[in-house]
Amino acid sequence: MTRTIEIKPVTRIEGHGKITITLDDSGSVTDAKLHVTQFRGFEKFCEGRPFYEMPSLVERICGICPVSHSLASAKACDSILGVRIPKPAKKLRRLLNCGEFIESHALSFFHLSGPDLAMGFDSDPAERNIFGLAKKAPSIAMDGIRLRKIGQQIIEFCTGKRIHPAWVVPGGVNKPLTEEIRDSLLAIVPEGYSIIRRTLDWFKGSLENYREEIRSFGNFPTLFVGLVNGDGNLEHVEGNLRFIDSKGSIILDQANCENYHDYICEKTEDWSYLKSPYFKSLGYPDGIYRSGPAARLNVCNGCGTSQADQEWAEFRELERGPVLSSFYNHYARLVEILYCLEIVESLLNDPDILSPHIRSFARNNEFEGVGVVEAPRGLLIHHYRVNDQGLITWANMIVATGNNNLAMNRGILQVARRFIKGDKISDHSLNRMEGLIRAFDPCLSCSTHAISGPGLKVELLNHEGIVLDETFF
Amino acid sequence: MRYPSFLQRTADRADVQPVRVLTFSINGVTVSAREDETILTVARQNGISIPTLCHLDGLSERGACRLCIVEIKGSPKLSPACVTLPRQDMEIITHSDRVMDYRRKILELLFTERNHVCSVCVSNGHCDLQALTVELGMTHVHYDYLHPQQMVDASHERFSVDHNRCVLCQRCVRVCDEIEGAHTWDVMGRGHLAKVITDLNEPWGESTTCTGCGKCVQVCPTGALSEKGKSVAEMTKKRLFLPYLKLMRGEEER
Repeated sequence: MTRTIEIKPVTRIEGHGKITITLDDSGSVTDAKLHVTQFRGFEKFCEGRPFYEMPSLVERICGICPVSHSLASAKACDSILGVRIPKPAKKLRRLLNCGEFIESHALSFFHLSGPDLAMGFDSDPAERNIFGLAKKAPSIAMDGIRLRKIGQQIIEFCTGKRIHPAWVVPGGVNKPLTEEIRDSLLAIVPEGYSIIRRTLDWFKGSLENYREEIRSFGNFPTLFVGLVNGDGNLEHVEGNLRFIDSKGSIILDQANCENYHDYICEKTEDWSYLKSPYFKSLGYPDGIYRSGPAARLNVCNGCGTSQADQEWAEFRELERGPVLSSFYNHYARLVEILYCLEIVESLLNDPDILSPHIRSFARNNEFEGVGVVEAPRGLLIHHYRVNDQGLITWANMIVATGNNNLAMNRGILQVARRFIKGDKISDHSLNRMEGLIRAFDPCLSCSTHAISGPGLKVELLNHEGIVLDETFF
Repeated sequence: MRYPSFLQRTADRADVQPVRVLTFSINGVTVSAREDETILTVARQNGISIPTLCHLDGLSERGACRLCIVEIKGSPKLSPACVTLPRQDMEIITHSDRVMDYRRKILELLFTERNHVCSVCVSNGHCDLQALTVELGMTHVHYDYLHPQQMVDASHERFSVDHNRCVLCQRCVRVCDEIEGAHTWDVMGRGHLAKVITDLNEPWGESTTCTGCGKCVQVCPTGALSEKGKSVAEMTKKRLFLPYLKLMRGEEER
């Protein structure tokens, strides 16, 4: 007799999803899946809109990482304009992106995963939330809230708005930075440094407590992908693609983002709205790859900033070759926050950042454009085609969360096999399955835009797990 | 063919004499005005603000949006202030609960007819329709949205028309006809299927009458007509040309 267990909804993540676990006669786990149950459909309803509206339109995909969507979109639109954007605009976009990485990573680490990390995966579920954290470890909760605020202040000071700013435009950005704002931003950076240093020390010291989670949270060989700059260092906004295998050998380097479809294919499944991208030449599902904070630190040669480089070196010491356990995404997030603070500081001290030359103007000169950035959760690809009027005729988005779909599903199976024994499902094992998902920090509501797939399948099961009825919608 | 504008029509009316002065009341205040002045004009002269959308100083009146409706004592129906002439001893109320309620309903219906999504509109923050929602305290739309399939025509080299944002105020039609003299714009269809068209419903970019002056874009109250390349919230309209042009032409005519 097989049994199916549903975990619904998965909590403390962004968006809605559920997990199903299938057990065999003896109560052993045979399969586990993450279903993304909501549908957004931006790829479809952006059709017919003018391309210069896209950066703001796609920002509405997400309230956590709107900046990433606007940057990927603006880069795609830059290609459609066929222009090079001014250097100061590039720097301002990078500054904005750092703000988002800081706030998004802080949200994931402190607000969403903090309760597991500071109170333990086995702590009382009623207390295991941000309020419980504020009671149990107020200094950690406060640090999280402050750090997130610093990230959001960077966004707000640059753009005038914390969420969904209309500042990034095709060709650059639409308002220069003033001296006053530059100075007030510089004033908040030191606090960020002290919070992240404190947090890194605490977290590195507590890694011993998560030995089981490290061993079972997505700890398997896959490829890794990330953007790297010309020196092969960590890159979030510009740069080219690098793929490495599970041993750390580079299998594709400095690959032009415009040709992403030469390396990445997408598969749709009938049980989830989320597409499953894979590395093309290895096929499905062997082409499984991971993207995101740990993947980025795995693929790069270093961060290129002094403090983050030291932390990066220490991070890479965790394992010989790439760091395989997805649990270490939490660690990598902290390293990236430090990196972003260093970048913010160096950008703000660059006189170019106050330049009024921030936008290139043109009409649509090309009919197609691809924009790729690293979103906090991983690689983000926007690809548009326009007609001669500049109206979108086709859009494809490979959203950061989707890149990790295969890995998240394999990870859930690994956690389920490790923690679920017999037919008793304890809260502790359920929380670890959710914890695995949280390690990837997926944004499920960000990620489902293709309308062409077969849609979601609903299964009606009786108490013995026999499928009575099924339907697609 | 030219539309006879409201002002032309009043000028033709034998019973209206510009020299005759009437006395009547607005919100209980006694006011006086020439017989050919509208209630809207007189109200504004006396510092009483009546919300409008299709009205624009410098263009003829059309009475299309009905947001300027006022109550007239003794009349069961509400009358649009922009095209209603006062009578001797008329008692006009501009802000009764009934009037305010209908104005909000009219505004809500405007929102249901097309796809006005302010947050991703080029005119966000600089839009007459959006400003009216604030002015009239419209917080929700109580009717079902129609979600019509509307097109964007970006065939013109410099401008685009997004029918999703159009409220059919016909400012574009009037400014093109009355000020530019090209009469490129017109209205096709009836009721909620009506839409503004260029020439004989041809793509704007192929219009043979359009001079590309952009006056229609500047007078458009929403993001329906905009300059190409403007991103969200970047489209601000410059409308001072209208009184300047009227002034200069008035002097020429003298």
